[in-house]
Formats: sequence, structure tokens, C-alpha cells
Amino acid sequence: MSANLNVSVILPELILVGFAMLVMILDMVGTDERPTGRTLLPWLALVGVAVAGLVCIQQYSQPAASFQGGAVSDHFALGLRLIILVATGLGILLSASYIPRINKQVGEYYALLLLCAAGMTMMGAATDLMVVFVALEILSLALYILCGLNRESPRSSEASMKYFLLGAFSSAFFVYGAALIYGAAGSTQYDEIAKALAGGNSNLALLYPGIALLLVGFGFKVSLVPFHMWTPDVYQGAPTPVTAFMSVGTKAAAFAAFIRVLVIALPAQQPSWGWALAIMAILTMTLGNLAALRQSSLKRMLAYSSIAHAGYVLVGIVAGTSEGADAALFYLFTYAFMNIGAFAVVIMLEKANEGDALQNRAAGIGQRWPWLALAMAIFMFSLSGVPPLAGFFGKLFVFKAAVDGGWAWLAVIGMLNSAIGAYYYLRVTVSMYFEKPGAETLSQRSTWSALSIGLAVAAIFTVLIGILPGMWTALFTGGLTGLGG
Amino acid sequence: MATSYLPLLVLLIVATGFGGIALGLPMLLGPSRANKQKLEPYESGIIPFADARRRFPVKYYLVAMLFILFDIEVIFLYPWAAVMRQLRDNYSMLFAIVPVGFFLLILILGLIYEWRKGALDWE
Repeated sequence: MSANLNVSVILPELILVGFAMLVMILDMVGTDERPTGRTLLPWLALVGVAVAGLVCIQQYSQPAASFQGGAVSDHFALGLRLIILVATGLGILLSASYIPRINKQVGEYYALLLLCAAGMTMMGAATDLMVVFVALEILSLALYILCGLNRESPRSSEASMKYFLLGAFSSAFFVYGAALIYGAAGSTQYDEIAKALAGGNSNLALLYPGIALLLVGFGFKVSLVPFHMWTPDVYQGAPTPVTAFMSVGTKAAAFAAFIRVLVIALPAQQPSWGWALAIMAILTMTLGNLAALRQSSLKRMLAYSSIAHAGYVLVGIVAGTSEGADAALFYLFTYAFMNIGAFAVVIMLEKANEGDALQNRAAGIGQRWPWLALAMAIFMFSLSGVPPLAGFFGKLFVFKAAVDGGWAWLAVIGMLNSAIGAYYYLRVTVSMYFEKPGAETLSQRSTWSALSIGLAVAAIFTVLIGILPGMWTALFTGGLTGLGG
Repeated sequence: MATSYLPLLVLLIVATGFGGIALGLPMLLGPSRANKQKLEPYESGIIPFADARRRFPVKYYLVAMLFILFDIEVIFLYPWAAVMRQLRDNYSMLFAIVPVGFFLLILILGLIYEWRKGALDWE
């Protein structure tokens, strides 16, 4: 392969990194005593996200590969970038007033958020195991710090420490798996791996443990059962805007890289990894939903619900078809709006410096703040998969991909699980509208403009995607291509 | 291929053998009459006055961390400088200097950032 350094392939990432630097420069202008220009930081970061998004949309017409087959910008990569940029943009809106309350180093926060987003978008573009690893480390290292941002809170430090230890451990699993696959195929580049394995004379004693270790590494990142233990603690301990951002961003990025490895590099091994994924999908959906039933904290409930949603996405991937890859990506797109929206409501319901909200906090807000309750109801209905909201179509396409791929029974288990999930989502809605405001209900809620904008955007898109799904699926179809797209 | 590692194996055997003999023979042959002075950590040095495992200011950690960061980043420049001398035409010179200039720019930005944020203030 000739030396190919088409920088435009990673232009959105470069823009994000560039804006991270600009944020740091603007942050340096002021001091802690005279914070000149620090209120502009979130808006500067938001401009960075918008510019990167425009570049992505402009790139839709010209897929390209670069860096000796290390990265591509096909529709799949661009679709993932849109998801990440949506998550980052909403995350910034959620943070604008929240973060200054818990940490004075606001510039660091937005710089890390943008760098993390750059790592995440790179995960979808990477077509080489080593590039995936570098991207994985970029996003993980930034997230470890973001989780521990609230240094006064022991919970936040615990979250950071737990995520760091387990994350480092899972990265090691991933690298070990990549090394074994390299041993079996003689390359870390996806097309080369597929070519070498198609020959049929590779060392299976290296290949299968390698695939298994990759599954463990990715399983940690997207919190599949049995690698989900860290999720509730980290999601609950981390500052809520960070939780909102990472619950969507990490999941989308790791799933995208995961899908590309499985479908492009290891399609011939689908009969074996398909079963492993199917079993994990069943465990993940069931355990996530059952555990979410019993949570009293809203953040923990959403954490277990995010585990269950990872299971639904996995159902789409099991068949290993490119249709399933598109469906999974579309699911994550809808999930970005509804899940971050739900966390935005949690922020609204939090007391200052508490970092969490119990479920009874939502009791009776239907009368007190009808718009907030309406938005929460939209997110809850969408998360449980009620038509005609975004979440329904996400689930529909994922289950349809599974049925088309010959895994109808798995789709049935997924639907049964949606029914279990509906119970705890609807319980919140019921308590909002049909219970009297209790002692825990806030008499005043925070009225932050940026947060309200983020909440409104998430709610509007959740409805809009549900009403006009065809408009959006076009962004996520026929995405996955080999090199040279 | 395997024979090219033979000297390494010989070295390994000689090194462990020498160490083993130097430590093992005195233990077997030498007389062992311990007393209080002989069992002190430094038989003829300063008398220890406290445990070595004690707390020391966390500031050292920050300085050491920053030192390692900038130290490693300078290491990246050595191979670049070595290759740089072989480039003759202006175009490839430019192609080599611009990215490294960018790298150094980011590095300097980091230095200014830590300075402004007070990471270099000892007190």
C-alpha cells in the first residue's frame, strides 16, 4: 500500500483537538481571581463541535481512506461522528452552569471533553487495531479525569478510581487480544486480517483466544454483563453532565469500533462470536432491566437502564450483517437524545452539591412544572420504546436486523425485555403525574438557560426522529465499507 | 536463527553462575558469628533514626510528573533531528519542519499553561 496521508479523513478530529487548545488558551487569559472570558468557554467549545459537525456533513459526499489503511471516513464513521458530536454538544449545554459549581478549572473540563470526543470519533474511523487502541486510550484517559472532577465528593473520586482501574484492566485485555489476532493473521489492519483469515491456514489457537479477549475489552467499555460491575457506581459518582456524556459517547464509540472489527475483519468467524454475543446480549438485557427495577436513585436506575440498552444494541450486531451495523448505529443516535435528555432532567431535580436525585424527587412535578414533566415523560416513553418516539424506531430496526439475520428468537427475548423495562420507566412517569408532591419534591428547581436549551433540543429531536424516522435513517444506511469506500 | 542467541544464553549462565557462587560460597564456607553491630543496616555508616517509609510532600509528585512529560517529549526530537540531516531538497525539509514546529507549539502551550495555572510554584 502506498504512503497515503490524506489528512482530510481525520479533519473533524483535528478540529476538535484544535478547539481544545483554543479553549485552554482562552482559559489562560484570566486568573482564578479575575476570570476574564471564562464564561465564554462553553460557547467556544460548542462552536468547535458545530464546525466539526459541518465538516462531517460536507464529507458525506466523499468517503476516503488514509494512513496506510489505518482510518477511513465512510458513512459509518461519519454517522458515529454525528452521534458523538450530538452527545458532546448536549453535554456542553448540560455542563455550562453545573461544572463551575463543583470545580474552578472550567477550561480543563471543556478541553478534556473535546479531546475525549476526538478520541471517540476516531474509534469509528479506525480500521486498524492499533489505531483503535490509541483512540480508546485518548477517550479513556480524558474520561478518568472527568469522572473525578468533583474533588470534594468522595463518590466522585471513587468513581474515577474505579473507572481508572477497571478501564486500564480492560485496555490490557484489548491489547492482548489484538496481539493474538496479529499473531494469527500477521496484520493489525482489518482488510488484511480478513484476507489472511479467509485463506484458512491461520493459527486457530491464537485466533479464538484473541477474539475472546477483544470481546472482554469491548465488553468492559460498553458495560455488557458480566463486565458491567463498574457501571452503576461510576455513573452515580461522576458529575451528572459527565455521566450523560459518557453513557452515550463511550457506548457509541466502543460499539462502532466493535462492529467494524467484527464485520470487516472477522466476518468468517461469525458463527462462533455470534453465539457469544447472543448469550451476552440476553444476560445484559435481562440483568440490566431486573436490576433497574429495584433502584431508588434516578442516576443508578439510568445506569442499569444503559446496561440494558447496550444489550439491545448487541442484538443488532449478533447476525454480523451490515444492515445490523446500520441499525445499531441508528439506535445509538436515538439513544443519544433520549438518554442525555433524561440526565438533563436529573440535573434539574438535583439539589445543589448533591450530585444525585432519588426517584421520589420526581413525585408530583407534573403539576408544579408541566413542561419539565412533559419532557421527562417523552424521554421515559422513548427509552421504553413506545411508538411514535425515537426509541421505538431504534428498537424496531435493531430487532428487524436480528430477525433478518436468522436470530428471531433473540429478537423475541429483546422484546420481552422491553416490556420489563417499560415498568420502571413508566413508574417515574406515573409518580410525576399521579402522586402528590412529597417532602422530597423540590419547591424550587434550577432555572439555567443553557440546560433548558439542551433539554428542549433533546426532547424535540426525540419526538422528531420518531415522527420522521426516514429522514434520519438515510444518514445511517449502507455505512460500513471496506477501504477505498 | 536460534544459534544467534547462543552468546546471550552463555552470558546468562555466566552471570547467574558468578552471582550464585559469589553469594553461595561464603555462606557455605565462611564462619557466621552475628552480633548487634553486624546486624545494623549500615555497619559503619550513620545510625538510622527513623523509618524510610514516611510521608513527604505531594508537591514532589507534580514536579516529577511534569519533568517526565517534558523529558519524554524531548526524546521524540532526537530521532527527528537524526533523520532531518539526511533531507536535502527544500520541499522535504519543509515537510519535516512544519509538523515538528506544530508539535513544539503544542509543547510550549502546555508549558505556558502549567506556568499560568501555578503548577511551577513551590509554595
